[in-house]
Amino acid sequence: MSAVKVFVPCDSAALAAGANEVAAALLNECARRGLAIDLVRNGSRGLFWLEPLVEVGTALGRVAYGPVTPEDVVSLLDAGLLDGGEHALRHGITEQIPFLALQERLTFRRMGITDPLSLADYEAHDGWQGLKRAVGMGSADLLHEVTHSGLRGRGGAAFPAGIKWKTVAGLQAAQKYVVCNADEGDSGTYSDRMTLEGDPFMLIEGMAIAAMTVGATEGYIYIRSEYPHAVATMTRAIALATEAGFLGDRVLGSEHIFHLHVRKAAGSYVCGEETAMLESLEGKRGIVRAKPPLPAIEGLFGLPTVINNVITFASVPVILARGAQFYRDYGMGRSHGTLPFQLAGNVKQGGLVEKAFGLTLRELLYGFGGGTRSGRPIKAVQVGGPLGAYVPESQWDVPLDYEAYAAIGAVLGHGGIVVHDDTADMAGLARYAMEFCAIESCGKCTPCRIGSTRGVEVIDRIAGGANREQQVILLRDLCETMVGGSLCAMGSMTPLPVLSALDHYPEDFGLTAADHQAA
Amino acid sequence: MPEPLDTLIQQHRNEAGGLMPLLHAVQAAYGFVAPEMVEPIAKGFNLSRAEVHGVISYYHHFRTTPPGRTVVQVCRAEACKACGSDGLMAEVEQRLGIKAHETRADGAVSLEPVYCLGLCAQSPAMQVNDRLFARVTPERLPAVLSAVEVAA
Ligand SMILES: Cc1cc2nc3c(=O)[nH]c(=O)nc-3n(C[C@H](O)[C@H](O)[C@H](O)COP(=O)(O)O)c2cc1C
Ligand code: SF4
Ligand code: FES
Repeated sequence: MSAVKVFVPCDSAALAAGANEVAAALLNECARRGLAIDLVRNGSRGLFWLEPLVEVGTALGRVAYGPVTPEDVVSLLDAGLLDGGEHALRHGITEQIPFLALQERLTFRRMGITDPLSLADYEAHDGWQGLKRAVGMGSADLLHEVTHSGLRGRGGAAFPAGIKWKTVAGLQAAQKYVVCNADEGDSGTYSDRMTLEGDPFMLIEGMAIAAMTVGATEGYIYIRSEYPHAVATMTRAIALATEAGFLGDRVLGSEHIFHLHVRKAAGSYVCGEETAMLESLEGKRGIVRAKPPLPAIEGLFGLPTVINNVITFASVPVILARGAQFYRDYGMGRSHGTLPFQLAGNVKQGGLVEKAFGLTLRELLYGFGGGTRSGRPIKAVQVGGPLGAYVPESQWDVPLDYEAYAAIGAVLGHGGIVVHDDTADMAGLARYAMEFCAIESCGKCTPCRIGSTRGVEVIDRIAGGANREQQVILLRDLCETMVGGSLCAMGSMTPLPVLSALDHYPEDFGLTAADHQAA
Repeated sequence: MPEPLDTLIQQHRNEAGGLMPLLHAVQAAYGFVAPEMVEPIAKGFNLSRAEVHGVISYYHHFRTTPPGRTVVQVCRAEACKACGSDGLMAEVEQRLGIKAHETRADGAVSLEPVYCLGLCAQSPAMQVNDRLFARVTPERLPAVLSAVEVAA
């Protein structure tokens, strides 16, 4: 009889919940009982409230148990874990858990299923299909495919990927680069981390297709230093893919050359801004560059460079494998395809939800999230990272679509969704937004560097209560200056969380609705 | 013994944009980038000392003083705030007897704020040396901090 496959994730989020201890306890206890198991360290399915999520391969499919602690292992084995036996922690067939079953996983379809560093697993689950098709296509056809898919940048600004690639493809240069932005500094986001740790070959495949399309031969993945596991997994994956001929001097045996390197960031949020990232890659302080010139034209070391977010590149293999139209048909309006939404903060069922654009926040918060973890009412939801607006309940039925969100003065950004219950102090969160800007500002623009510190002070005075109405006018004025006088979104978007908090929750600033009208 | 500084400089000086990888290598080997290392690094990379110092001081990750034997990081960002990280930080400060950004006089522990560890669905999150911890409740905190030597 062959050994039963047991899956215990190696994703950081599973490790933080004790996955290594569970794996060790399982191995020990099975050895003690003389049971043969084949332990696989898979990525995470992204159902984080259930981590560590242990799965067992059965004739009916994989059966899920979670959250498992080392102390549960004995009772799980007693209950017949290896045959998918009944237990209080059993959730049935993993794929039938509603949180997963209701998703539209295109980019994340392998996530948690495979061993992230197994080339055989990757290949057995549609891996390299996109690259294999791309190798036989010319640059023009590849550009058409990516453009027609409607793919827009998933890092925040939602700029069409095809247009950026076309600019780089059209330039003559001795050297061109492809750079992946894996700085993922936004609170409430972890889809990049999951990809780097849980399906690294997918990112490699996407970047290799980009390189082929634009004629680049060198690539960098800039990974934040807060993600050591991601750095380790990605580095190993590149070595394995190079050995197997998916990277290197002859990509898939073709004439295409593509060398890929991992670079570690050093804890600066602004280095997620693409030009600051280039400075950092060049070994300098991560100060934002003025545009133009666009990085597509004068990017890394002054040469043409494609810069995209992890999820943008990771979406490319499925587009090539299944065709642009297949991808384009998901979504609504000009937001084509899917976005991995990331439920975070005070939410009962926190985790990754990949869905086509167009669902609503309410569906995510209650349908997937199940409300708050604290059991209290949801008060505010910050969508799109620390520079995103706080969205009040009156707007939870607006479809999650780039344009619909822009119309209400909010942003989707990188898809982070941070839930706060009714104990949240919105003035305190507005103050934090200003404080974060003051800590992280690169210092180039006065409204961002100094304005953010003044912002903290003004909010403190509002909370203090003296001359409240006047101080509110001052805060609005300051925000206007920051919006108009900042070179990048750090300074120009910090007013979004600040003013949305003020506009939708004036009482938290000590204002009555009437004061608020007056101000 | 850590790799001599000169060897590290030789390894990275010809790498494109090699200063950041060098600084990471130095910090990995020595725990921090000592002020007296600035001059040899500048020489090796053909930069001014001001340029090297500017890079080191720009990035939160690089230290210029030795860290405590245990480094405790508490996430301060929004998703962790939503689940009580402000209170958690206060509790950690109290237990360790130091404030954020400080190293205890006995050199046992440093406490640092961190802005997101990517564990936002299981907040509040902490890191102790290389280990991550999610959903750190007040009850779990003593176990999380068990790596920290008790002050003599
Ligand atoms: C302050 C600031 C921080 C940013 N951080 C990130 C980040 O962590 N990851 C990311 O992909 N994009 C980030 N961006 C957006 C990038 O500048 C850029 O738009 C993106 O890398 C382009 O890739 P995309 O088109 O695939 O989204 C940030 C922008 C700003 C202004
Ligand atoms: S807005 Fe702030 S972070 Fe952006 S360039 Fe200006 S000073 Fe730097
Ligand atoms: S906000 Fe704390 S881990 Fe992301």
